[in-house]
Amino acid sequence: MRYLPKSPADREAILKAIGARSIDDLFTSIPAEYRLNRDLKVPRQMAESEIVDWFRERSRENGDGYASFLGAGAYLHYRPVIIDSLISRGEFLTAYTPYQAEISQGTLQSIFEFQTMICELTAMEVANASMYDGSTAAAEAVMMAVRLTGRRSVVVARSLHPEYREVLATYAFHQGMPLAAVNFNDNGRIDRRELEKLVNQDTACILIQSPNFFGAIEDVAEVAEIAHKNGALLVVSIAEAVSLGIVEAPRQADIIAMEAQSFGVPLGFGGPYCGVIATREKNVRQMPGRLVGQTTDRNGKRGFVLTLATREQHIRREKATSNICTNQALVALMANIFMAIYGKVGLRELAKQNLAKAAYAVQRFGKHADVLFSGAPRFNEFVVQTSEDPYAINGRLLGHKMIGGLPLKKFYPELGNASLWCCTELTTRSMIDTAVGLVAESERSVKSAKEVDIEEVAR
Amino acid sequence: MKTPKATRHVNQNEGLIFEKSSPGKAAWKLPPLDVPEVDTHKLLGEAERKDLGSMPEVSEIEIIRHFTRLSTWNYAIDLGMYPLGSCTMKYNPRVNEVVSRLDGIANGHPYQPEKVSQGALHIIKTLSDCLIEITGMDAITLQPAAGAHGEMTGLLLVRAYHQSKGHPRKKILIPDSAHGTNPATAAMVGYAVENLKSNSHGMVDVAALAAQMNEEVAALMLTNPNTLGVFEQEIDKIAEIMHAKGGLLYMDGANMNALVGKARPGDFGVDLMHLNLHKTFSTPHGGGGPGSGPVAIKKMLEPFLPKPVLVTKPDGTLGFDYNRPQSVGRVRSFYGNFGMFVRALAYTLANGPDGLRQTTEDAVLNANYIRKGLEGVYDLPYSTPSMHEVVFSDKLQTKKGVHTMDIAKRLIDYGFHPYTTAFPLIVPGALMIEPTESESREEMDLFIDAMRSIAKEVEEDPETVLNAPHTTRVSRLDEVAAARKPVLRWKASA
Repeated sequence: MRYLPKSPADREAILKAIGARSIDDLFTSIPAEYRLNRDLKVPRQMAESEIVDWFRERSRENGDGYASFLGAGAYLHYRPVIIDSLISRGEFLTAYTPYQAEISQGTLQSIFEFQTMICELTAMEVANASMYDGSTAAAEAVMMAVRLTGRRSVVVARSLHPEYREVLATYAFHQGMPLAAVNFNDNGRIDRRELEKLVNQDTACILIQSPNFFGAIEDVAEVAEIAHKNGALLVVSIAEAVSLGIVEAPRQADIIAMEAQSFGVPLGFGGPYCGVIATREKNVRQMPGRLVGQTTDRNGKRGFVLTLATREQHIRREKATSNICTNQALVALMANIFMAIYGKVGLRELAKQNLAKAAYAVQRFGKHADVLFSGAPRFNEFVVQTSEDPYAINGRLLGHKMIGGLPLKKFYPELGNASLWCCTELTTRSMIDTAVGLVAESERSVKSAKEVDIEEVAR
Repeated sequence: MKTPKATRHVNQNEGLIFEKSSPGKAAWKLPPLDVPEVDTHKLLGEAERKDLGSMPEVSEIEIIRHFTRLSTWNYAIDLGMYPLGSCTMKYNPRVNEVVSRLDGIANGHPYQPEKVSQGALHIIKTLSDCLIEITGMDAITLQPAAGAHGEMTGLLLVRAYHQSKGHPRKKILIPDSAHGTNPATAAMVGYAVENLKSNSHGMVDVAALAAQMNEEVAALMLTNPNTLGVFEQEIDKIAEIMHAKGGLLYMDGANMNALVGKARPGDFGVDLMHLNLHKTFSTPHGGGGPGSGPVAIKKMLEPFLPKPVLVTKPDGTLGFDYNRPQSVGRVRSFYGNFGMFVRALAYTLANGPDGLRQTTEDAVLNANYIRKGLEGVYDLPYSTPSMHEVVFSDKLQTKKGVHTMDIAKRLIDYGFHPYTTAFPLIVPGALMIEPTESESREEMDLFIDAMRSIAKEVEEDPETVLNAPHTTRVSRLDEVAAARKPVLRWKASA
């Protein structure tokens, strides 16, 4: 086996040194009836070339070469090549959690920079080193709000990513946290009147997403006011991190739970991604996850350490703020490098391109079908209502090696034939025109079919 | 004379990325816009962002140098033995990284139609089948993002199972040698934690377990081999006691590197368990993550699995089943840390049944070699046979005022990453050493020499050990000050 650095002679010599007759001597503590005396039924040992071939085959079966309009919590942005050059360095890739600070300053300093940039972009005062993803970050942010307020009930916008809502429901159920859902209005934003009715003195927090699942940017200030008037906190989930380049930060929020996948992390069929929680300094002791802080060594030299660990499971056990241990460190490093590459000016220009592409697509789609929720500003996603079932239209798009918007029926039956489309800087005008052409064709054929129906009835 | 493992070499200083920033520098270039420019204010109104504060402006070469310099301040498996107990710091094969970056795999969208996702689904299916066989269980979910997340998913399954029988029960039993995530997880799932004392061999006290077990106990969370690296020899009795009163046996699979291909938890009475793909299955730790924590289960827990569940459809294609009325729900968006599945499967294929068995045998062989090499020099609190890791204590060294953390820090000067210090809690001043199978005899000999040499220094010159490390770019850092007045971000000087 090529990963094992011992010759048969080495193994014999070690056995001899420890006074064992055979390797079996070392497994006698396992009761005999439980020792496996056969080969595992897994595929035979493969050569590296065979492994690469096997996965190439799988890659070809997996939409390789298709252009896509999918977003909905997972976004295709360009990944500058130096991200992989740098994260592939063994010193980052094959290091453990930086508990031994003296030989982990590389990881620690880069997390400190990550925390700083996340704070800068979200207008918060502290950010943690990462959470699993946007969905679990949102659930843990809500649990944090429950601890901070001493209240238990939670009000959640239906325009929050449906899978984030599902994850929250799983986490909340056993914490005895009642969840109330608030509908969206004609603009796709949270319904203010319904929200006001649901928020009361028992509400720990309101959880919204902005830009929300439909791409609409919420009026964060207004929702914050409703929360704060009732002594509740506002938790804002951000699924499309690139929006922060051009969309005002939700600075009225108390806690931000974000997904940083858009910052240089591959789509990877849904993971690994990078959740983050950011908040005000006064809330930091209820924050879950690792934190890096600045300090000095014995000679007064600047250095970084993991800090405020008394919140964490390895110290506090069942009294910890969360059970999280392993996080998404290497993915956070990708995001960190991405933020450094685009920086103050590039991130804004990148976000502007996304805005322009989506605006163009909205205008083009709008000529042939209904674009819903146009009363609120949006970033790079929008909802198109077609006459025909979007699955049928998407089937035809596949023939053009294109993946259409996400049909919303599954999550929002009341939206009928609506689907959620996303345009990023990688979406080309010709892609948009082709997709719009197919939607237009679909609308025309539905209309002419209707006319035929009417004629038949008239006859 | 043997060449020592570590020497000093030039190590470059590097400030924070913000300290290199100046207006007008850039590391990015966008293509020309092929659609009309937009008036951002008109589109966004009040929601338009005006300023990105003190985000940096730097060039590409500066970013390359910045992160390369930072990287040289880290220790890594690629540099040498990383003997952290219970962390299984084994070699991370590079082919794993190559295949996970193939276009269709790296760029697959989680919502793309199943018709064009068969490659990813095939990977999930193949890995699931391998892990089910390796653990001897009946079904699996790959959705949990890390070990602790797997524990949470597992206890949700436990709760749903008992609930379906009418009563979720109240308590989880956890041995005092357990990892901190176990009690923290139980609390998250709404269970009370009851501590289970170990016996004089460091194993579960079977009589105590029998006394503590009753109809209010939902499950026992057992790490096996436990955190002393000892196999629970009375595992069949433990399972019997749990099952007799309707409880479940949960296995924390953190130490599965001692068992793969040699014994299967499903065969010795375990009802459910999680695996850490970033330990046993070689996916990189990456400075703290990402991980992946699949949960393998016995048949009776299957209805409760998180949704969606991967299924083979009548036409032979693979797809997801969302219609799971008894499911505990989702624990994460999409399907989990898919990129880690790719790596874990590449590792399994590179090994095959013979390689997996040899890997386990080498891991156990290595731990016993280190035990032999250090026995007598360091105190061995439990003489029970070791599997993949060995736990010593600093009892002999504390006489000179030297503790496990000091020895660990001195080890850095010899070119090694420290072992796990002060854990498990049942061993005061623990030195927990797990070499894994990835160490050659030469590297282990250097490690043993280093540890013996430190023990000698403790006798002759304890100050050197107490003030270690001496060769790193920073000396011991003031953690108390860091926590008392936290500085958690950089700020531009006014």
